[in-house]
Amino acid sequence: MPNTNPQISDNFDALIVCPKCDAIHRVRALETGARARCARCNEILIAPRLRSFSQIIALSVAVAILMVGAIFFPFLGIAASGLSHASSVLEVALAFSGPILGPISLLVVVLIILIPFLRAMALIYALWPLATGRRAFRHAAVALRAAEALRPWSMAEIFIIGTTVALVKVAGLASISLGPAFWAFCAMVIVVALSDNFMCRWTVWKALEQRS
Amino acid sequence: MTLTARRAGLVGCRTCGRAWPLGTAQCGRCGAALQSRDAKSMQRVWAWLLAGMMFYIPANIYPMLLTRTLVDTTENTIVGGVIELAKHGNVGIALIVFVASIVIPVLKFLAISYLGLAVHSGRPLRRYHLHAQLLEVVDFIGRWSMIDVFVVAITSTLVQLGFVVNVNPGPAAAAFALSVVFTMMAAQSFDSRLIWDRMDQFRDE
Repeated sequence: MPNTNPQISDNFDALIVCPKCDAIHRVRALETGARARCARCNEILIAPRLRSFSQIIALSVAVAILMVGAIFFPFLGIAASGLSHASSVLEVALAFSGPILGPISLLVVVLIILIPFLRAMALIYALWPLATGRRAFRHAAVALRAAEALRPWSMAEIFIIGTTVALVKVAGLASISLGPAFWAFCAMVIVVALSDNFMCRWTVWKALEQRS
Repeated sequence: MTLTARRAGLVGCRTCGRAWPLGTAQCGRCGAALQSRDAKSMQRVWAWLLAGMMFYIPANIYPMLLTRTLVDTTENTIVGGVIELAKHGNVGIALIVFVASIVIPVLKFLAISYLGLAVHSGRPLRRYHLHAQLLEVVDFIGRWSMIDVFVVAITSTLVQLGFVVNVNPGPAAAAFALSVVFTMMAAQSFDSRLIWDRMDQFRDE
């Protein structure tokens, strides 16, 4: 179909299409902290934040460090009738074994450890050159797209709620102690949420386009 | 009427929001595949939804948790586990597990089927806004069903007290985890623009 609409110039750069409902909008420069929403479906389209690239990088580094702590320190300890047992997050994730349940172990490791970690790494890789004013690294777009696509599959916060439920379940049987890894994990959940909050897709993709 | 990318002879990138001439296959900015309307999306939605529903059946029939003590073995299904928790006075926690493992999955099956049928029927949707919001809610809330899988994993690692009590995950844990993953895929495959297109039909008439 030829482009016959007089409202649309050939300058596609000045347009933004809503990913949810396909409505077209003309991009206007926004003040930091302001939000542009889709006129049709109310989806947030542009939401620039102050120094968002450096903020996301800093928070992603924090996620990586907390994750290392969360993996290697004891997560929960249990003591009952003279016996005690401490488990790390990896042990929890690998609780399922056998031919049917084994793959579920793998899934849990991927959802609570691998994906949050990979997302943090991908964001650092894509945004580092942009924050320091250099040319984007090769395949930065692939890294950024992966980080966005993996967002719903990063389930650390659900794991924390699951831990709370399990604690209540087991509390009658034995006394439970929370290890440092539990708190590292909680902190990581908050940091991931903060980091995602700083993400304005439009700003990031625009910057990446100009610097590659 | 709102001007959509398709009406203007354009296609929008769902990842980065850039507009391209209709027919462009790949976004030149972010590299994502472009499709004005994802024609195969409904097929994928139904396939994932069906798989998710199929796995939800064994997830409820087979035991989620096997508890072995010196004297006997108890097997708890999802519903059994909820009842057990409620019996011990943990009504709040029982409610969390009930909502995450029963209410959310069942409502998700119903919601996605309903939206799918609405798109297929071709009838204009009067309350397109509510339909679009329903899809958004389903998309947002589906991942929380994973709670019970994590609870089983944590409980069984935690209670390794050897000869006193031994807790092991049952086959339902695997079925349930897969059911959650498949329904998440179904919700993500759903092209919400198909719902908004119905609004244009409604306005046109």
